[in-house]
Amino acid sequence: MAKIIRNRRLDDDTWRLLEAGPLLAPGEDGFVPEFPAGDIIVPLELWRLRGDELTARAGRLGLLLAAHDEPESIAPDLARFSLVAVRFDKFADGRGYSLARLLRERYRWHGELRAFGDVGRDQLLFLERAGFDGFELRPGADARAALAAFGELPDAHPAFRRRAA
Amino acid sequence: MYRYDEIDQQLVDARVAQFRDQTRRHLAGELGEEEFKALRLRNGLYLQRHAPMLRVAIPYGMLCAAQLRKLAHVARRYDRGYGHFSTRQNIQFNWPRLEDVPEILAELATVQLHAIQTSGNTIRNITCDHFAGVAPDEVVDPLVWCELLRQWSTFHAEFAYLPRKFKIAVSGSRADRAAILVHDIGLAARYGEAGEVGFRIAVGGGLGRAPAIGEVIREFLPWRHLLTYLEAILRVYNRYGRRDNIHKARIKMLVKARGPEAFAREVEAEWAHAKDGPATLSAQDVERVAVRFTRPAYEASLADHDCRDPAFLAWQRRNVHPHRVPGYAAVTLSLKKTGVPPGDVGADQMDAIAALAERYSFGELRVTHEQNLVLADVRRADLPGLWRELRALGLATPNAGLLTNIISCPGGDFCSLANARSIPIAEAIQRRFDDLDYLFDIGELDLNISGCMNACGHHHVGHIGILGVDKQGAEFYQLEIGGAQGPHASLGRALGRALAAEEVPGAVERLIELYLERRGTDDERFIDVVRRIGIEPFKERVYGEDHQESQAGRRHLAAA
Repeated sequence: MAKIIRNRRLDDDTWRLLEAGPLLAPGEDGFVPEFPAGDIIVPLELWRLRGDELTARAGRLGLLLAAHDEPESIAPDLARFSLVAVRFDKFADGRGYSLARLLRERYRWHGELRAFGDVGRDQLLFLERAGFDGFELRPGADARAALAAFGELPDAHPAFRRRAA
Repeated sequence: MYRYDEIDQQLVDARVAQFRDQTRRHLAGELGEEEFKALRLRNGLYLQRHAPMLRVAIPYGMLCAAQLRKLAHVARRYDRGYGHFSTRQNIQFNWPRLEDVPEILAELATVQLHAIQTSGNTIRNITCDHFAGVAPDEVVDPLVWCELLRQWSTFHAEFAYLPRKFKIAVSGSRADRAAILVHDIGLAARYGEAGEVGFRIAVGGGLGRAPAIGEVIREFLPWRHLLTYLEAILRVYNRYGRRDNIHKARIKMLVKARGPEAFAREVEAEWAHAKDGPATLSAQDVERVAVRFTRPAYEASLADHDCRDPAFLAWQRRNVHPHRVPGYAAVTLSLKKTGVPPGDVGADQMDAIAALAERYSFGELRVTHEQNLVLADVRRADLPGLWRELRALGLATPNAGLLTNIISCPGGDFCSLANARSIPIAEAIQRRFDDLDYLFDIGELDLNISGCMNACGHHHVGHIGILGVDKQGAEFYQLEIGGAQGPHASLGRALGRALAAEEVPGAVERLIELYLERRGTDDERFIDVVRRIGIEPFKERVYGEDHQESQAGRRHLAAA
């Protein structure tokens, strides 16, 4: 089973990410495919189209947000998810950091907030400070060695640590 | 000046260890080029044409003698014996080896210096008025606010990967000496109607390819809200600033695309959520920083000097500035001696300046965005003695505010981005205007040179601006006039076709000739005349048919 970092520890990952494309439109046989069993993470657009079916199935549900997604639009639905994942297409695209703070501080998301995509060890510390607690590193990265990154910089002055929680 | 507390020191020490490990992993092949680039840049390290370049922050321009001695040591041990002061109150070393950089940073950390966020798409060094705290025209002392902003912006997690670099400048005086209107955020500290400190906030100023004067989006923001409001601005920028095109990624482009009013509304809407929230500053937060600032112990009722040496008086007229405390003065140490690249200081000079700071100015000095140094707290009675020592060191050129006080980037001699060299042009102009009486007669004039569109030499806000351009592989220079920094900042307008290097001093000379002919009174400055009569007469004077040099230039261009 794949390993991810959760709350600064290596952990098993039971989640499976669904790509939206095949699940949005009927296939050649005229049927829209069924959702797989187990814990699945679905993109926002899939949730918007087939939210009722997704809620009705067994297994936990996670929501995938892209860097440009507006969290405000999904805020009323957040309680129906067990995980929110933010995709980083490029590590240098910092929009996900603001998204994380908004989810945590404005929309009161208290569940797992996972960063995945182009995520490396040298991003972990600030991603965590922005509000992420789950990390799926880019393929080939050494997750065990990356754990050391969390201790690299001490906290700032208390005046700059105060956040809405 | 501010002295680190335990947390400040832990942060810079930990940063050195972190970067040491990142460099080790990179050299061992474990950390790829692109990712290491983003990491080294946020530690001030560029890989340049000839060698790496390390940019060390001088936060809001304040430096003490021990720090300057350490910079001299770094210059001597790891570099070629000198450093270059930039236009953002940083010092740059042009020759360190990548392998040595972690050790250099460790040495700097021992004297409370760092290179954190001096480059990369982060919040950069906070810059300020070099006469902060001593200027008679100061309304609010901005230093404590600058330090608060330094601490807040250092390792700010949310804004670690902005669309582009982000520069904040603070001024607390009527005459803006920090060029705040050409920064991503310009803060003007002032008092509100209820007598409390606050800030006028301008956003979206900047130089570079698409120069812009900042737009005021809030006339007065009470100090308690400073951080929540800045976070609102930066969040709007971080989420909606362009990331697809590096030339359109600065906040000025977003402000322009949205329109200043719409941008302001977006910021206010974002701020409404954070206002009065946990990041609101308290009096204790400010006090915690304020108490760590040492202030000079000024003496009362000091005598003045009675030196009447004409050379001294010429220097005093240009390089000595008024001080809010009677009996004291601030002194500019000119780093613009003809033949020396603007802003360059040798290691031995640094040591000597550190000793002068200790003997004459409470052991402290300032770095200006005009690439000079300042001793801010000199007893007036000591001025003649200081002048004699500065003269021996080559630091008493009486040209502060004058044409030869040229702001210049390192240019094509050092920088891999440059289209043309800057330093030889600066020197050629300084040589052309080496007559002090003539220079004094011309009066206040800012001449700024950049070696490329990135405008590190601030050419857009020079009364005369010179931009290096590349024409089919040859160096040419585009002249602009009418730019200005300060509270009435304006951007220069291009004069005409670009000139060959050898034409530039003559063209500047003709601009000056016309100015002197058209000047109404002795105190009407070059920029005032340009504003009064427009650029056409200047254009005609430089490019008119009867000018041999201009003809020669065209032939040169045709051959290029």
